[in-house]
Amino acid sequence: MDNGTKKYDLEKFKRVHLSDDANEELSRPQLSFWKDAWIRLRKNTGAITGLIVIVFIILIAFIGPFMNEYTNEGANYDAAYLPPKVKGLEAIGFDGIQTYEVQGATKEEAIERGLAGYEIEEEYVQDTEVVITKEESEDGYVTVAMEVDIYAARGLEDQYFWFGTDSMGRDLWTRIWNGTQISLYIGFLAAMIDMVIGVIYGGISGYYGGKTDNIMQRIIEILSGIPNLVVVILMIILLEPGLIAITIALTITGWIGMARIVRGQVLKLKGQEFILAARTLGANNKRILMKHLIPNVTGMIIINTMFTIPSAIFFEAFLSFIGLGLQPPIASLGTLIDTAFDDYRVFPYMLLYPAVIISLLMIGFNILADGLRDALDPKMRK
Amino acid sequence: MNNDKILEVKNLKQHFQAGRKRIVKAVDGVSFDIYRGETFGLVGESGCGKSTTGRTIIRLYNATSGEVKFNGIDVHGRKSKKDLKQFNRQMQMIFQDPYASLNPRMTVKEIILEGIEIHGLIEHEAAKTKRVEELLETVGLNKEHATRYPHEFSGGQRQRIGIARALAVDPEFIIADEPISALDVSIQAQVVNLMKELQEKHGLTYLFIAHDLSMVKYISDRIAVMYAGKIVELADSDELYKNPLHPYTRSLLSAIPLPDPDFERTRERTIYDPAQHDADNAKFREVKQGHWLLCTEEAYKAYQVNQSFGPTPSD
Amino acid sequence: MEPILEVRHLHVVFDTYSGTVQAVRGANFTLKKGETLAIVGESGSGKSVTTKALMGLVAKPAGHIPEGEILFDGKDLTKLSDKEMQKIRGKDISMIFQDPMTSLNPTMKIGKQIMEGLILHQKLSKIEAKKRAIELLELVGIPDPANRMNQYPHQFSGGMRQRVVIAIALACNPKVLLADEPTTALDVTIQAQILELMKEIQRKMETSIIFITHDLGVVANVADRVAVMYAGKIVEIGTVDDIFYNPKHPYTWGLLGSMPTVDNEDEKLMAIPGTPPDLMNPPKGDAFAARNEYAMQIDLEEEPPMFKVSDTHYAATWLLHDDAPDVEPPEAVKKRMKGIAKGSISAGRRIDVE
Repeated sequence: MDNGTKKYDLEKFKRVHLSDDANEELSRPQLSFWKDAWIRLRKNTGAITGLIVIVFIILIAFIGPFMNEYTNEGANYDAAYLPPKVKGLEAIGFDGIQTYEVQGATKEEAIERGLAGYEIEEEYVQDTEVVITKEESEDGYVTVAMEVDIYAARGLEDQYFWFGTDSMGRDLWTRIWNGTQISLYIGFLAAMIDMVIGVIYGGISGYYGGKTDNIMQRIIEILSGIPNLVVVILMIILLEPGLIAITIALTITGWIGMARIVRGQVLKLKGQEFILAARTLGANNKRILMKHLIPNVTGMIIINTMFTIPSAIFFEAFLSFIGLGLQPPIASLGTLIDTAFDDYRVFPYMLLYPAVIISLLMIGFNILADGLRDALDPKMRK
Repeated sequence: MNNDKILEVKNLKQHFQAGRKRIVKAVDGVSFDIYRGETFGLVGESGCGKSTTGRTIIRLYNATSGEVKFNGIDVHGRKSKKDLKQFNRQMQMIFQDPYASLNPRMTVKEIILEGIEIHGLIEHEAAKTKRVEELLETVGLNKEHATRYPHEFSGGQRQRIGIARALAVDPEFIIADEPISALDVSIQAQVVNLMKELQEKHGLTYLFIAHDLSMVKYISDRIAVMYAGKIVELADSDELYKNPLHPYTRSLLSAIPLPDPDFERTRERTIYDPAQHDADNAKFREVKQGHWLLCTEEAYKAYQVNQSFGPTPSD
Repeated sequence: MEPILEVRHLHVVFDTYSGTVQAVRGANFTLKKGETLAIVGESGSGKSVTTKALMGLVAKPAGHIPEGEILFDGKDLTKLSDKEMQKIRGKDISMIFQDPMTSLNPTMKIGKQIMEGLILHQKLSKIEAKKRAIELLELVGIPDPANRMNQYPHQFSGGMRQRVVIAIALACNPKVLLADEPTTALDVTIQAQILELMKEIQRKMETSIIFITHDLGVVANVADRVAVMYAGKIVEIGTVDDIFYNPKHPYTWGLLGSMPTVDNEDEKLMAIPGTPPDLMNPPKGDAFAARNEYAMQIDLEEEPPMFKVSDTHYAATWLLHDDAPDVEPPEAVKKRMKGIAKGSISAGRRIDVE
């Protein structure tokens, strides 16, 4: 080891006087909690992808219906069951060609029966192919796949239904995006109502504690003991089926999760020394709740709300699917899937688009909520 | 020492319900007075009730029974909001955990201003800012720190912010609840020096609660030792260190490791056995001018006799 | 005494989202057989991270060891795989943590927790392990060990729990015991008991102990040698007498001066101003310079090497360079250097004398 023999410029051994303040300076840049959280969220590729997907779907849900001239409710039976057709994208499948599978004793008979059944002139048939031969089939019929330019057959060569049409000839593009709007509306509204009720209920229960807490928690236990579906069915019977009934049905028990989380957080926080400090300074309950407790629970509230939205959307879709949801002509993603499900083997496009959109929404919200949890979790802060 | 009592605690009890039948007697009949301008140390091991005593005095808990008089007025008896607010200004508290005692979502300025806003002490924004800067300077921080959030500061800096918050309402009396036990040694000295300085400048009275006896000895004028919810001994800090009478105080003193290797090599510990004396009949008695002891009648008499022979009676 | 563990130029870094924290920046020390080495320093000085590195417990992937060696038993521990490290951990090197509440499994009987290591590392049968576990509990001073074996951690007091933790750490007769602030969470009287226990066990079992603490009183009580750590480096190392009676580094002076002595209550405590540096951007030169009232120009430019004070005593401060001005330690430290036992009267001592 060096024993102080190495020579240095003697000037260097002069005492220096450092300013007293120098070592109290904070070297890191100034960050508020939200800025800090945003930086962390930005680094999470998954969460940002989720966010982009959600924003994109929301934007299109509002712009989409205005992008073509079709309306949500205008029935046009001539245009029923048209597959998707997009100008310029014919090459990749959006060509308005419908494939029917028809059966007959021979190939020719099958085609003939198909043409008659679907009321199509023979000239519009583009291609035919035997899918199952007589020998392969069990019942002795030939199955033929028949590709038809259905737009031409209906005399609608100049029409372009981007997502196709439904059984009443309504434009699915318009209906799906309107449906997305409704689904989002229900999701956000239910989540907001859950949040408001849950935060107030949980906050009061946790903050006042003791007997108040005891009674409020018993009420929650009773409510959460009743199966959700029973409550919903009762609500739907009681109220006119529709948007309001669905929303109320969703929120009548939906706030319980939020209330429990907020109560837990408040119970944990109210013994913290900064709350005690506020009390010794003479702060009243309102001030402690508004200035100290709620701001410290905001992170958890946001995270939980972000998880509530997709589950509300999904629950509405589920209710619609089992026939308890919105009534026609209003459509949500759920009712669209429900109607499409009847014919999905012949007209799979009707099911495909709403199903993809609802899946993207669910995944998007869940990944984003997950990312938010990481970004807002105070334990990760350093 | 002057005889102006700022705080009188008489037979204070704080019992908590633990479970259906069990009652925890956290504080079980504690009496002491604190004189204006002094630092009164309250020491004891965890769970002895020292923090509960502090919190009950400042009304964070309602006392089970007993009396707390602050400036001659019963604290737990006052009811009017105005009186309470006045009391909240005069008595303040510094907390133990520098990480939990500041609201993480508030800026330093908001934290320091909290008391000022609750009591409406300053109206104008500019005056408020000026006051915050003054307070930050008082506790040795820069005025640039006002817009920062607590998590950006170190433990010692946070503790100083906590002190600034307490000082903002110009209190006369501050309860310091283990203000240094969560801090590093070198930072402890900073905070203790600051507290001493502020005491001189503002004429503050402290109730200093801690388990670190060497620091308590350094900062306090008088010390009370608590054990199992009771004060077992109370005396001037020098007297208590040089002439500890209660066996618990002795065991406590003999257990503190001192930063001196030679001394540590020869240390011998006294062990306290609560069963060795009659706790049921013990009363808090003044065995010597200013030296109070929890003891039985016989022990009291024995001390009186022994005093003429020497400062430390053997047991 | 032969060295059992050698740490050479150890660096530990942690990647966080806002930058890389250099928690340990080149630590050098050796641990000799049968001695207690105390590492003292403030929180964030890298003392805990150093022990984690010794145990192979630096949290990956955020934390890693870019440089340095830890030589134990002819092996470099930094190069071992997790699996190889697992064989050493608990067997040759074991650790006692700060908080006895969280270092025991609350749902497992304590007997079982002690036996676990014995069965795993020493391949003892259940009956043998049980016998040994009872012996261990006896060794750490738990009364009625056969019955206590079947109790759960919550049935033990804090001090008793720490004894159990020590028993678990000692189960496999480790050569090295790392104790990370083992008494900080305990009351003084319990602390004194645990310290006595550790010293007694060391005498019996000849274990080498690395004792991490920030309490200089505890250091004076347990240590044979002391390493003072600051900002990820060891700034002074020597025997306990070297450090307490002849400290050379101004940081050590600061630490000693900031503790009150029995007769200095009218003086101001010697506080070290400011706060430790941010190890995300460690300062150039001597990391302590900004808080050092004796700072020189060279402190701001170049890191000081370890200067030799005596065969046992080294310190990294430019004040020890031949060309540096002679500096006396502050009064408060000088007083302390004389020692309590040698000079002034102490209350505690008086009790002992009687």
